[in-house]
Amino acid sequence: MQATASESPRTPGIVRLLRRARPGDVLFRVVITFFGASVLVLAALMLWQLAFESRESISAFGWGFLTGTRWDPVSRTFGAAPAIYGTLVSSAIAVVLAVPVSLGAAIYLSEMAPPWLRHPASFLVESLAAIPSVVFGLWGIYVLVPWIRSPVERVLGDHLGFLPLFTGPPFGVGMLAAGAILAIMILPIITAIARDSLLAVPSSQREAMLALGATKWEMISRAVLQYCRSGLVGAVLLGLGRALGETMAVTMVIGKTYDINTSLFAPASTAASQIASEFSEASFSLYTSALMELALILLGITLLVNVAARLLVWRIARSPEAIRE
Amino acid sequence: MAMMTDFQFKPPATAPDERADPGRDITCPVSEAEAWEEGMVLRHLSAWYGSFQAIRDVNLLVGPKRVTAVIGPSGCGKSTLIRCLNRMHEVAPKARVAGQVYLRSDDIYESGADPVLVRRRVGMVFQKPNPFPTMSVFDNVAAGLRLNSLFSRRSHLADIVEQGLRRAALWDEVKDKLNRPATELSGGQQQRLCIARALAIEPEVILMDEPCSALDPVATLKIEDLMRDLSATYAIVIVTHNMQQAARVADCTAVMMMAEDRAGEMVEFGATSEVFTNPKEKRTEDYITGRFG
Amino acid sequence: MSAITYARRRWTNVVMLGLCATAAFLAIGVLALILGYVLFNGISYINFDFFTQLPKPAGESGGGVSNAIAGSLLTVGIAAAMGIPLGIGAAVFVAEMAGPRLAGIIRFTADVLTGVPSIVVGIVVYSWVVLKMGHFSALAAGIALAIIMLPIMARSSEEMLKLVPQSHREAALALGVTRWRTILSIVIPAARRGLITGGLLAVARAAGETAPLLFTALGNQFWSLSLAGKPIDALPLRIYQYGTGPYNQQHQQAWAAAFVLVTVVFCISLLSRVLLSRRG
Repeated sequence: MQATASESPRTPGIVRLLRRARPGDVLFRVVITFFGASVLVLAALMLWQLAFESRESISAFGWGFLTGTRWDPVSRTFGAAPAIYGTLVSSAIAVVLAVPVSLGAAIYLSEMAPPWLRHPASFLVESLAAIPSVVFGLWGIYVLVPWIRSPVERVLGDHLGFLPLFTGPPFGVGMLAAGAILAIMILPIITAIARDSLLAVPSSQREAMLALGATKWEMISRAVLQYCRSGLVGAVLLGLGRALGETMAVTMVIGKTYDINTSLFAPASTAASQIASEFSEASFSLYTSALMELALILLGITLLVNVAARLLVWRIARSPEAIRE
Repeated sequence: MAMMTDFQFKPPATAPDERADPGRDITCPVSEAEAWEEGMVLRHLSAWYGSFQAIRDVNLLVGPKRVTAVIGPSGCGKSTLIRCLNRMHEVAPKARVAGQVYLRSDDIYESGADPVLVRRRVGMVFQKPNPFPTMSVFDNVAAGLRLNSLFSRRSHLADIVEQGLRRAALWDEVKDKLNRPATELSGGQQQRLCIARALAIEPEVILMDEPCSALDPVATLKIEDLMRDLSATYAIVIVTHNMQQAARVADCTAVMMMAEDRAGEMVEFGATSEVFTNPKEKRTEDYITGRFG
Repeated sequence: MSAITYARRRWTNVVMLGLCATAAFLAIGVLALILGYVLFNGISYINFDFFTQLPKPAGESGGGVSNAIAGSLLTVGIAAAMGIPLGIGAAVFVAEMAGPRLAGIIRFTADVLTGVPSIVVGIVVYSWVVLKMGHFSALAAGIALAIIMLPIMARSSEEMLKLVPQSHREAALALGVTRWRTILSIVIPAARRGLITGGLLAVARAAGETAPLLFTALGNQFWSLSLAGKPIDALPLRIYQYGTGPYNQQHQQAWAAAFVLVTVVFCISLLSRVLLSRRG
C-alpha cells in the first residue's frame, strides 16, 4: 500500500511485491482481518442458529405460529400472538410515556440549561442508563407496582373505567407497569441522542429565527426541532428498539400471563419475558424450538426497528451540511 | 462627542453616476431630528462579552431612507455594534450592554422592553445565507408572518410573500419554485430570500452584517442594487469590510477602530464621499489608505 | 400583531419552556428515586458477612453472596478477556485497514448488533456451548457476555482510534516502520486512554446483564470457580432469584446485592469518565 524508504520507481515490480510481503505484515493482516470479520460472522451465525433451531417449530405451525394464542406444552400447541402483542403494546406505552419527557429534557439540556449545569445534568440523566435491568426490575416490583396498583390504577379505574383500556381489577403488575418501567429505562437513550441532535443544529439557524422576532420556544419548535427532526425520530426509534428487547425488568413486573387483553391493567407477557420464564421448563424439542422461533421473531422486530433508527441517525451524522446545500 | 454638531451640509465632492438620482435628495449628513423621529439614535453604547469590552461609548445617528455603512478593520466591533441594534447581542453567553439605543424615540433597552418586539421592527440579514432548509421558498418568506398570526393560511399569506419576493428582486426567479426547498437556490438567491424573509414582516430598519462576503461578484452586485432600491423605503445599516462596497452603496459611513485595549470605538461619521476623500481623523485616513487594518 | 396574539405567544413560551425544565428534573428525580430506594433498602443489610459468606438455605437468616460476587468476577473476566481484544482488533481493522465500503458495512453491523436483545444472545450461546458441553458453566456465560461486549467495544474503540492524528502514523511510516508495527506501537498506545475507557464501560455493561446468564450460568448456591464444569452464580442472577422469590429475608438480600452491583457499575462508569476527561 505504501512504499518503504528503500524503494524507488526503478525497483522492479516483482521485487517490490516480494519485499512487501513481510511475514510480520502478512500475519498481522490476517489476524486483524479475522477480527474485523468476526463482527459480520457473529451476526450471520446468530441469525442462522436461531433459524436452524426454529425449523421444527416452523414446520409444525407455519404461519399459524404468529396468530396462535395458546401456549400449552401439554397439548404441544404453541402460538406467539400474545407474546408479540405484549412486546408491541408495552413498548408502545413506553414510547408514549418516555418521548415527551425525553424531548423536554433534551431541549432543556441543549437550549435552556445554564452552561455550568449542562454537563452535570446530562451526566445524571445518562446515569439512568447505567443501572442494570434487574435492579430496575427489583425497584419495579417493590416500589413501582404498589404505586401503580394504588393510586394510579385505582384512580384510572374509578374515573375512566368505562374505557376498555382501564377495565379489570388493579393488580399492579401488568401491561401498564411494564410500559412504565420500560419508559424509565429508555429515557436516557432518547434524551442523550436527542440532545446531541439538538446541539448539532447550527447557531445560524437559531439566529435566523430569533431575528424574525420569535420567542425562545418558537425558535426551538420552528427552527431547531425542525432542522434535526430526522435525528429525533432516530432517537425515538433507538429507544423503541431497546424497549422491545428488554427482558428482566419487564419479566419482573408484567405478571407473566399469556393472554391478549385490551386492558392495560391486565397481566401479560412479552416475547422476552416468555422466553425467560419458560426456557428452563422446556423439556422436549418442540418446546425449545417454539421458544427459539419466538426469539427469532423478537430478533426480527428489534432488527427492523434498529436498522431504521440507525439509518436515520447515520444520515444526520454523516451529512449535516448536505441538508443545507 | 463634539463631532455630532460639526456636520455641515456639503454636496459630495464627487458624485458617483449611479447615485445621481433626481428623486433622491436625501443624503448624509442626517439631522438629529430626523434620526429621532424616523431612524435610530445610539447614545453612549457599550457592549461586553463577559469581561471583555467589545465596543465603547458609541454615538451614532442612523437616518431613515438611506444606507449607513459601518466600516473598520476586523475585530473592531462592527458586528457587535450592529447586533446591539436588534438586541441579538444578548443572545451570546455573558453578553452585556450599556447605553441607549433609540428606535423612533423608543429606547429598545429600557427595562421591560421585549426583545421579541424589537426584532420585529429591526430586521437582520446575516453574513452567510441561512434559509431554513426544511422549509420551501414560500414557507421561508412566510416564516416571520406565521409567528404572529393564529390563522396563517396560504391564501392569506400568498400576497405578502409575493410582495416580499418582489421587493427583494427575487420573484421572477422563484415564482415557479415557491414550493421547492429553499436549499435548491443558489447562494445569491438564498441571500435575497433571506432579505425577502426579513422584509415580509415590515421592519423599520434593516441590518445587514457583511451580506455579500459569502457571495460571488455577480450576486454581490445584485444585492448592492437591491440595497439602493430598498433604501428608498427603509433605513439600512450595513457592516462591511469592503471599502469599495461602502463607497458604492452607502450614503453615510461610520468608521470604527480598535483601541489599545481592543475595545471598538466610533472614530468618524459622515457622508461617504467625505469620509473617503476628506477624512477628519488620522486613524480613518490611515485605514482608508491602507496604511493599517 | 394584536395584543391578544402577543400575550398568547408570551404565555406559550413560558409554559412550554417550563414543561421542558420540568421534564429534565423529572428525569433526574426518577434517577434519584431509584438510587435512593436501592441505597435505603440495601445498605441496612450490608455487613462483612454479606461479602464473605455463602448463602444459607432459604428461610434461614444470615448468609451472603460471596459466591455470586466471585462468579460475577469470573464470568465478566472471561468475557473481557475475549471481548475486549476482539473488539479492539475489529476496530483496528475498520479504522486502519478496511476500505470505506467494508468499513461502513462492519460499522453498521456492529451498531445493529448492539441492539440485539441480550436474551437472544443467551439462547444462542445456550445452543452453541451449553448443549454441546452438556452443562452450564462460567465459560458459556463468559462467551455470552463477550458477544454483548464485542460490538460496544468495537464501535467505541474505532472512534478512539480515529482520534489519533494522522500525523502520528505518517511520521512512523516515513521512517520505514511497518504497518503492523505502527499500529501496535504508535497508534494503539496513543489511543490507550480512550480504549481503556471503552473497555471499562463495556465491562460495566456486562457486569449488569442478567438475561444472558439465565441459560448459560444458571446460578449456583454453592461456591464454584470452575470454568467449564459447573453452573456458576453471578450477582445479577442472585438479585433476580432472591427478588422474585417468596422469602422476605431473601428480598432484603436482593436489595443489598443490588446496592453492591449498582455501586460497582457506577464506580466503573465514573472512573471511565474521569479517565476520559483528564488532559495530557
